[in-house]
Amino acid sequence: MIQVNNLSKTYNGTTVLNIETLEIPKGQSFGLVGNNGAGKTTFFSLLLDLIQPSTGNIINNDVQVNTSENWKPFTASFLDESFLIGYLTPEEYFYFIGDLRGQNKADIDALLAKHEEFFNGEILKNKKYLRDLSKGNQKKVGIIATLIGNPEVVILDEPFANLDPTTVNRLKKIIKELAENPNVTVLVSSHDLMHTVEVCDRIVALNKGEIVKDIQTSRETLQELELFFAV
Amino acid sequence: MFKRFIYLEWKAFTRSASFATNLGLKILIFFLIAYFSIVFLALGIGAFYILKKMNLDPLVTVNKFLIYYLLMDLIIRLLLQAIPVMNIRPLLTLPIKKPTIVHFSLGKTILSFFNFVHAFFFIPFTVVLIIEGYDVVSVILWYLAMVSLIYINNFLNILLNNKDNLFAIFVGIVLVLGGFQYYKFFDITNYTSVFFDGLFHTKWMFLLPVLILMGLYYVTFHFFKNNLYLDAGLSTKNKIAKTEDLTWLNQFGTLGTFLKNDIKLIKRNKRSKTTVIMSVVFLFYGFLFFTNKIEAYNNPIMHIFAGIFVSGGFLFTFGQFVPSWDSSYYQLMMTQNIPYKGYLSSKWWLIVIATVVSTLLASFYLYFGWHVYLTIVVGAIYNIGVNSHLVLLAGAYTKTPIDLDSSKGAFGDKKAFNINTMLISLPKLLLPVALYWIGSKVMNPNLGLAMVAIAGLIGFALRDKVFSLIEKVYKTEKYKTIDAYKQKG
Repeated sequence: MIQVNNLSKTYNGTTVLNIETLEIPKGQSFGLVGNNGAGKTTFFSLLLDLIQPSTGNIINNDVQVNTSENWKPFTASFLDESFLIGYLTPEEYFYFIGDLRGQNKADIDALLAKHEEFFNGEILKNKKYLRDLSKGNQKKVGIIATLIGNPEVVILDEPFANLDPTTVNRLKKIIKELAENPNVTVLVSSHDLMHTVEVCDRIVALNKGEIVKDIQTSRETLQELELFFAV
Repeated sequence: MFKRFIYLEWKAFTRSASFATNLGLKILIFFLIAYFSIVFLALGIGAFYILKKMNLDPLVTVNKFLIYYLLMDLIIRLLLQAIPVMNIRPLLTLPIKKPTIVHFSLGKTILSFFNFVHAFFFIPFTVVLIIEGYDVVSVILWYLAMVSLIYINNFLNILLNNKDNLFAIFVGIVLVLGGFQYYKFFDITNYTSVFFDGLFHTKWMFLLPVLILMGLYYVTFHFFKNNLYLDAGLSTKNKIAKTEDLTWLNQFGTLGTFLKNDIKLIKRNKRSKTTVIMSVVFLFYGFLFFTNKIEAYNNPIMHIFAGIFVSGGFLFTFGQFVPSWDSSYYQLMMTQNIPYKGYLSSKWWLIVIATVVSTLLASFYLYFGWHVYLTIVVGAIYNIGVNSHLVLLAGAYTKTPIDLDSSKGAFGDKKAFNINTMLISLPKLLLPVALYWIGSKVMNPNLGLAMVAIAGLIGFALRDKVFSLIEKVYKTEKYKTIDAYKQKG
């Protein structure tokens, strides 16, 4: 589904990301772990064509992302709160994204009803604009918005950060459900090794922009990773 | 400590994303400042002799109209003088005494150009008074009083900055007072000039403004100090939100989706709301020109200038900042399946609708004759046909993020309309003025009007072509824009 070729990103002579080759097959749930500055967000930004690669390219479902925009209809993402429109209410935001993704109001309402538990009664019909929600609640909105319109690729940057323990567990359930669908490729980045191991089939560890580990998740994965990041 | 603050300010200034792109603008502002300084300087030196020549006592005359001078100064400040916003939140928990923070923030305003420009008038005027043999001590005390009055305005502006509609109220007061005086109904200056004359003739009276200034500084200081809490002056006020469907816009497809969003954008953010108010102010701007009261404006070239402005308020205050309005969530827009065309035409339609509505509202200018209104209609055609495209094109290069959520309470800078806006507006006026001038020279003003209108129609006909061009620019500028918008403020 996603094919990375000779991808690198350099800022003023410093290489922050350098991936020679990486292939993510369709339906995989892919976890990206690494310390701060390892290049996780840079990779996602490149995948979403928010920054330009210094060399190489990424091909998302036969579409080279930095030359064509045809990846947009089947790719959904939430990197940070700059993906939210502060002056809208959560409902309006969902309908807006729905409009852009060719969904009608009923589709959105059905999706929101399905995830009512995840929202924990703090999001919908709360008479608040997105800008006035707490960081955690903003995140919930952003994550659910990526599910609108049945995307084939879902990209979540640090989805577990800022969430309370109950919500983290609910989110894991949602991601696992997504991963079970053979048509949906999920990409998740996180600092939390345990959460990532739990929801992903495959884990890639980045360090200073290079891939240092690429493992299919098994019982020993967590141990292996913890050993790697040990101080 | 102040030294460190100044260091922070300097860094914030030189490292902002808009610094490089706006350098040209900064130079322009510099020239503007130089221009006004010279004008005031000439006025300061010349006023005495001019008034003398008109057989008026210079000091008495100045004192007479001082009330209007001060009121106008306050209005201009309310409109243009931005409150220096220091990034206060991170400083609160550092070992810095709160008074220091507030003193610095207030102290910064003292250095504003809006205060210094008056010195260019008052200092030479005072010097001339002394040279012409007025009592030295009295003159100096009078000057001290003037400085205090100017600074009283400075702090009044800070205190009043967060109140809405004050600008309109003050304009109203000046208009009413001026009107009463003009029709000899009631002359406020008869009462105020007694006070201002007193500042000169009675030695101790200069203490009054000085003491008021000190008191005002004290009040402003405490107002800010007491509001220096995250849940007070630095808080964000939560408004009760209401979900609006605006389903009637659904019939317009993608365009409707964006229009819905833009309408909410304008309605729910203070900064964007001001643009609507400004369009109304622009509507009345034409009075300065068409009443023929001001000699410098009383020529046809100036009239076409006004014609463009009357219907162009929204275009200039809102249109200039597309796509900066969407800067806080620009990354979202760039990852969604968004056709640039839909996005752009939504903004374009908003501008067109606002221009048309302004033109209809401006029909009261028919009172000044059909030719005046025709000028306004032609201006509107040009705005829709050419300027609407120009602002969208220029917008593609605008890299200044707009912080919509900037409801930072007392310290927030909510002014959407500032000198920068005016400066980037000017080029959009030169072409129609030039066309009109050529037309008038070749034949008569009507040909000039026709030429401007035709330029507008040509622009309108080329709409699709221009849109594709703008689209291309947006695409090539995409990464730079994303990067610039990430750096807030």
